Parts: sequence; C-alpha cells; structure tokens
Amino acid sequence: MKMRAREIGTIIRSLGCCPSEGELHDLIAELEEEEPTGYIRFEKFLPVMTEILLERRYRPIPEDVLLRAFEVLDTAKRGFLTKDELIKYMTEEGEPFSQEEMEEMLSAAIDPESNSINYKDYISMMVIDEN
Amino acid sequence: MGSGTSTQHHFAFQNAERAFKAAALIQRWYRRYMARLEMRRRCTWNIFQSIEYAGQQDQVKLHDFFSYLMDHFTPSSHNERDFLTRIFTEERFAQDSQMEKCSDYESIEVPDSYRGPHLSFPLLPDHATALVEAFRLKQQLHARYVLNLLYETKKHLVQLPNINRVSTCYSEEITVCGDLHGQLDDLIFIFYKNGLPSPERSYVFNGDFVDRGKDSVEILMILFAFMLVYPKEFHLNRGNHEDPMVNLRYGFTKEVMSKYKIHGKEILRTLKDVFCWLPLATLIDEKVLILHGGVSDITDLELLDKIERCKIVSIMRCKTRQKSENQMEEQRIANQKSSAQGPIPWFLPQSRSLPSSPLRLGPYKAHKSSRSSSIPSGGSLDGRELSQRVRSSVELELERCRQQAGLLVTEEKEEPSCSASETDSDTGELRKPTQEEWRQVVDILWSDPMAQEGCKANTIRGGGCYFGPDVTEQLLQKYKLQFLIRSHECKPEGYEFCHNRKVLTIFSASNYYEVGSNRGAYVKLGPALTPHIVQYQANKVTHTLTMRQRISRVEESALRALREKLFAHSSNLLIEFKKHDVDKVGLITLSDWAAVVESVLHLGLPWRMLRPQLVNSSAGNMLEYKSWLKNLAEEQLSRENIQSSLLETLYRNRSNLETIFRIIDSDHSGFISLDELRQTWKLFSSHMNIDVTDDCICDLARSIDFNKDGHIDINEFLEAFRLVEKTCPEGDASECPQATNAEDSGCSSPGAC
Repeated sequence: MKMRAREIGTIIRSLGCCPSEGELHDLIAELEEEEPTGYIRFEKFLPVMTEILLERRYRPIPEDVLLRAFEVLDTAKRGFLTKDELIKYMTEEGEPFSQEEMEEMLSAAIDPESNSINYKDYISMMVIDEN
Repeated sequence: MGSGTSTQHHFAFQNAERAFKAAALIQRWYRRYMARLEMRRRCTWNIFQSIEYAGQQDQVKLHDFFSYLMDHFTPSSHNERDFLTRIFTEERFAQDSQMEKCSDYESIEVPDSYRGPHLSFPLLPDHATALVEAFRLKQQLHARYVLNLLYETKKHLVQLPNINRVSTCYSEEITVCGDLHGQLDDLIFIFYKNGLPSPERSYVFNGDFVDRGKDSVEILMILFAFMLVYPKEFHLNRGNHEDPMVNLRYGFTKEVMSKYKIHGKEILRTLKDVFCWLPLATLIDEKVLILHGGVSDITDLELLDKIERCKIVSIMRCKTRQKSENQMEEQRIANQKSSAQGPIPWFLPQSRSLPSSPLRLGPYKAHKSSRSSSIPSGGSLDGRELSQRVRSSVELELERCRQQAGLLVTEEKEEPSCSASETDSDTGELRKPTQEEWRQVVDILWSDPMAQEGCKANTIRGGGCYFGPDVTEQLLQKYKLQFLIRSHECKPEGYEFCHNRKVLTIFSASNYYEVGSNRGAYVKLGPALTPHIVQYQANKVTHTLTMRQRISRVEESALRALREKLFAHSSNLLIEFKKHDVDKVGLITLSDWAAVVESVLHLGLPWRMLRPQLVNSSAGNMLEYKSWLKNLAEEQLSRENIQSSLLETLYRNRSNLETIFRIIDSDHSGFISLDELRQTWKLFSSHMNIDVTDDCICDLARSIDFNKDGHIDINEFLEAFRLVEKTCPEGDASECPQATNAEDSGCSSPGAC
C-alpha cells in the first residue's frame, strides 16, 4: 500500500498536526525511498507518523497566537488589513502562497465592500467552522 | 553613523523578522485548515459514490430476482399463474396492423393553443437551434413532434455502423462530451461556451444522456435533432443508461410519463427501439477510441463491428443463445401452430431458450482465469424447498413460455426492427446475441479503469469489468490507437487521466451529486489530437459560494443520505451491537461501532473519520447504541401509523420497491393493485431472505392504500413517505449561466492522476 508523496501534507494535517512547509518537505524527504518515485510506502509512514503523534510534534496554533500574528502585520493597529496588504504579506513573506491559495483565501476572507479583512471576525468564523 | 542609525536598523530588522514569522504562522495555520477541508471533501465524495454504486448493485439483485422467478417459480395456484403472466407480459397496444407502430404520430393533432416549438421534416439547422432556445425558455415539445423526431432518428441510426469512424480532416476540431444525465443546463452551457454544432464544429456525445436529471427528454430531443441536421459531424454513443430497464429505476421513465401523460407509453416504446440502435463507439482518425464505459481483456473491435447491436435492448434482461438450444428451437418451430391470441412476454423475444441470469459468468473458459467470479448471481437453489418441486415443472413452464412465444413468429415487420418478432424469414430462426457478443457490449458500456494491472469482474456495478493499464496498453497496441476516451464515472474536476494518460474520463454533468459537488468538463481534439480540457460548473449559486461553503453544503447532503442508510439497517445494527456488548450494559466502544457499521452496510467508508458527524454524544470512549439508533429513527419523517421497523424496511428497499412498482405497472398507468404489490413483495422478500411476516406485508399494503380502493398510486405512495429523491436541489438557481461567471480553466496538462 502506498500513497503519493504530495498528499502526505493533507494526511498529516488532517490528523491534527500543523507543520510548516519546510518541516513537511523534510519529512517527505525522510519518508521517500532512496530513489524518489513520488510515492511513500505505508509501512514506512506508519511508525514515523505514530512517533509524531506521540511526541505531539507540529502542534496546532491556538486562536490567540493567530490573532497576535495578524496584529503584528497590522502595523497601524486598525483592526483590519487591506486586500493588498494581505496579498503582499501572504505572497512575499514567510512561506509564500501560490496564486491558487491566495485566491482561495481572499474569496472567504475579504469583505467585498470594504475590500479588507477584519481578522478577528475572520478567525472566529474559521474556528467555528472547524468544529 | 551613530548608535541611532544602527538601532533603527536593528529595529527595522526585528520588525521585518517579526512580520516574516507572523506571515509564516498564518500560512501554516491556513494550510492546515485547507487540508482538513480537502479531507472532508474526499470523505463526502466517497459517501456519494459508494451509495450510488450500492444502488446499482441493488438494481442487479432485483433483476436477478426476476430472472429467478422466470427460471424457477412454479405458480401454486391459478391466481398466481395469472398474476405472474400479468407481470411479465405487456399489453399489446394498437393491435390494428395498418398502424405502423412508429408512424402513429401522424394521427396526433397539435392544438392551436400549443405555444411550443414546431418541427417539420426534413429538419433544418434552424429547427435544432430553435429547440435549444425553446427548452431554455422551459417550453415542452409536443408529443407529435417527439414521436416524429424519434421515428426519423431511428431511420438514421439504422444506417450507422456499430463503430462510427470519424475524420478530423473535414472539421477542424472535435469536441467530446461525457455523461449529461438529464441536466439540460450543462448542455446549454456547453453549446453557449463552445458553440453550436456545425459542419466546422463536430461533436461526440458519449452516452448516459438520460436518468437522474429532470430534463432527459429535452436533452434527447436536442441531441437527436442535431444528429439529423449534421449527420456527418454529430455523433452519439450509447451509454449504460440508454436502457429501458435502467430507466425504470433511475427516473427517465418517470419523467416521460409525467411530461407526456397521454402519449408517454408510446414514446417509451419508440425509445426502446432508438436506444438499441445507438452506435456503440466512435473512432477518430483511427487513433482515438471513444466509448462509454471502458474495455476488457477480451474486447474485440472486429467482433463488435459485426454484431447486430439492436439485439441488445437491455443489458439487464438480455438473454443469450446457447448451444443446447437447437433442439428446443426445433420444438418451438413445431409449436408455432398454436395461434391463440394473448399477451406476449415482453422479455422473451430475445430468447426462446433456457433463460439465464445475465450476470452468471457463463462457460467462457478462455477468459475465466483472468476474472474473479464474485458477481452476485440469481437466487441459488441450495436449500430451497421450492427447487425440488420446481425442477419437475420447469419443463412445463418452459413449454408454456415457448407456446406463448410461438405467437411472435407470425408477426411481420416492414423495417428492420429488433422488438417483438425477430424472425429471419429465410431461415425461420430467431437471431439473438451469443454470450460472447453480449459480453463484448456489456464490457464496453459498464467497465471502469483501475490502477492495478489485470482485468477482473466489476462487482460493484454488477456488470462489465475493472481493467488495468496493461489491458489498455494491449488494446491500444493491438489496434494501433493513441488513447481512449470514456465517461461513466463522475469526477470532481469533470475529467481525469489515468493509465499513463492513455485513458481520459470525461464527465459533463456538473453538480451531479449535489450543488457544488463537482465540475463538468468537455474535451476538444485538434488536428494533432492533443486533448484540451474545458471545465465548468453550470450553476450560478456555486460561484458565489466559497469552497468552504460548497463543501459544507455537499457534505450535509451526503451525511443526510448516509444517516438514512444507517436507519434503514437499524435492526441488523442492533443485533450486531448487542453481540459486542457482552456485559449487556448498553454500551459499546467507538471502535466496535465503526467495525459493526462497516460489517452491516458494506460501504467501505472511513467510519472513524465520519464518526464525529454521525454520533452526537458519546460518554468518553463508549456509545449508548440504543439511544443512538433511536435518534436516527426520529430524524426520519414517519407516518404515525407506520411502525419504525416497517418504515425501515421501506427505506432499505426504496429503490427496489419503486422499480418493482414500475415493472408491475406495465402499461404505465401510475397505478397498481394492492394484490399485485403484496404478491410481488412477498416473492421478493423471500428471495432476498428479508424477514417480513405475512402480517407485516398486509399492514404495509393496507397503509399504502390511502383511499382504500384496492389500488395504489405510485407517486403518491413514494411522495408520502418522502421516498422520492429530490431531482432538483432546493434553492437551485438553474438559470442559464453567464459567460463572465464561468469557471473556465482550459488546460491541456492537468495535474490529475
């Protein structure tokens, strides 16, 4: 039984972990065979994943920490970010979004009338939805 | 230069670093959110697919049941015999011989008050375009024109070979579309976006035009009209849903009868002829093979080219010729003398010999080894009391059938027709498809590709096979083809490549399971035959929803369907739960819950992942199963005078019940008698080992007969128990989509597979 390497991210994240892209790449490199085929064998994946879960590695991000992150980006402390600001940060900083990821986030996050994201409301909405 | 500057720099650097980290954090969180959404989407998809395929299996079991009846049941009384005869025969309409069955339309008058489109023949391109526009405006074509169009369509189809050969040197481009399933919005959108058919713009529609959606009739009218207008550029392949028995279950028969109350029966009869004359495949430039389902390790294009495709009216009921028939043939010919007028078995025309279940793998030794034979077959005789006394009277039954069948030989047909009498006047012998011919066609219409190598029976659908990349490769090499295009399976993106891009699945019914469930797609082949895919979603509502909302909506729908299925199996679930509750405390572990549910429902779903959405309350790791089952029951709407167990049985066999209704109601009147229902249900439940007592059946029948007149209105019954599936999701803004809202990503190198 094997799975595609690029789907490992989806699997790990839906099991409750929250790795960064960099951490994910390292993990995939560790799991792939000597000759990377793009596939990972389940027998190899299982013990590694078990360890990750037992160690509680890649802990999810609490709501308040997320809020503070947005506040850092909101240098003027207005309570919101403009669409352009969000795009700039998400596509130029950190581990940049792809265009698809950016568009998807904008579709849900941006209030079309004000063309901005009230990040506090946004976080609340997303968190409720998760549960 | 001073410390001030370096502090500023330091400050700035710190800020930048913090911004960087903040952004990284947000991205990390967001990606996790999206991954979980993706997982939900896939679970939902699994739910829909497994329920859909389980339904198809049911269909198969139902037909096995009727085959079993034909094969083995000995009526124990005169009443039962009459009853059976009534079920399995169809009243002959229009006994007047001067009325050609297909040209009855001439006598139908179109009233002045009719505001719909008018057709005159020969059809012109304007007529076809006008039809599209008229249907977009929700008009309905008059029955006379429908029948006329069908008549002309059949005349055209009869001239076509089994495998259409098309060349791209005349038209620059060919567009291939997949399943439409009665979704008119999608067809209109395709024509809007890609352009109407014309001598410069060829189209191939790859089957499954009807069933499930609510505008199957209109789709057929449009497709047939364009085919008549542009016979060289417009091509249709048959799909597994172009089959009257499948239509009984999946909604097309119902649609026709409700839209055409007076002439519906005639339309259905004519359609039976039209469907069986649809070509089986299309071949472009001898390089690209287009067919509906797939191929198998025994697919033989030369054989397929030669068979008489019209013999296969319905895959489900097709009887085939066997060698041992010859003696019976002779005897039958001798029996032709009897000329008593009477009802004619509507399934028998295809065969006079030992009826066999279409799904029993016959003595096909050459390929037996490469297939696993786990196809559900008709009721086994083992341990059935019936079998002993039946065996001796089987011959008697056959004799009776043969005598009835003998009547058919005397009918004459002026045109090549595959209904009723199939006599070849020269030999006086009936031609039916052989087992091999039949299987070749079933494989083409029902198979699915799989990732593993090899070829094995498609047990999920109950027909055709699963074929691996090696089978594909073998076929492509044998006939020097470049790749296959097929449909038959719904894909989230509307298309999917597999087998090293040698097989392309194209599916054109967007939002198939539910609004937002999937995109539709079509593929264009240019002169080099490189595929260029166009995707869309023909519903404005989906464009205003975010992915999150779309997935939620589809998910809700799937979970509802799943809860209903769980309810339908309450009794069995309870029995199994109790087995795991050794101490009899009313609790089981959540692990056990998952195991039990899978063992009862056999849907192959990730139950542990779904559990949070199916089980509301669980104390720690344990579940109070009785109250959980009770909650499930309360969710379903029920009539006060129907016990929960009865309702459960109804739900579990809903589709089968409806199909049985429609089979019994052979004249499509919309009514069946209580007695007929009760008898058929009794037979069916004993065949399927459903434990329902006689009392239960009587209760069931009584509660269904609302006005106590001994007859049941089918639609009323189904509606009252909310057993009718929504054909149109609520809030569906099914207007013609605008180009600006269209989701269109034309890409020739999709990332799928």
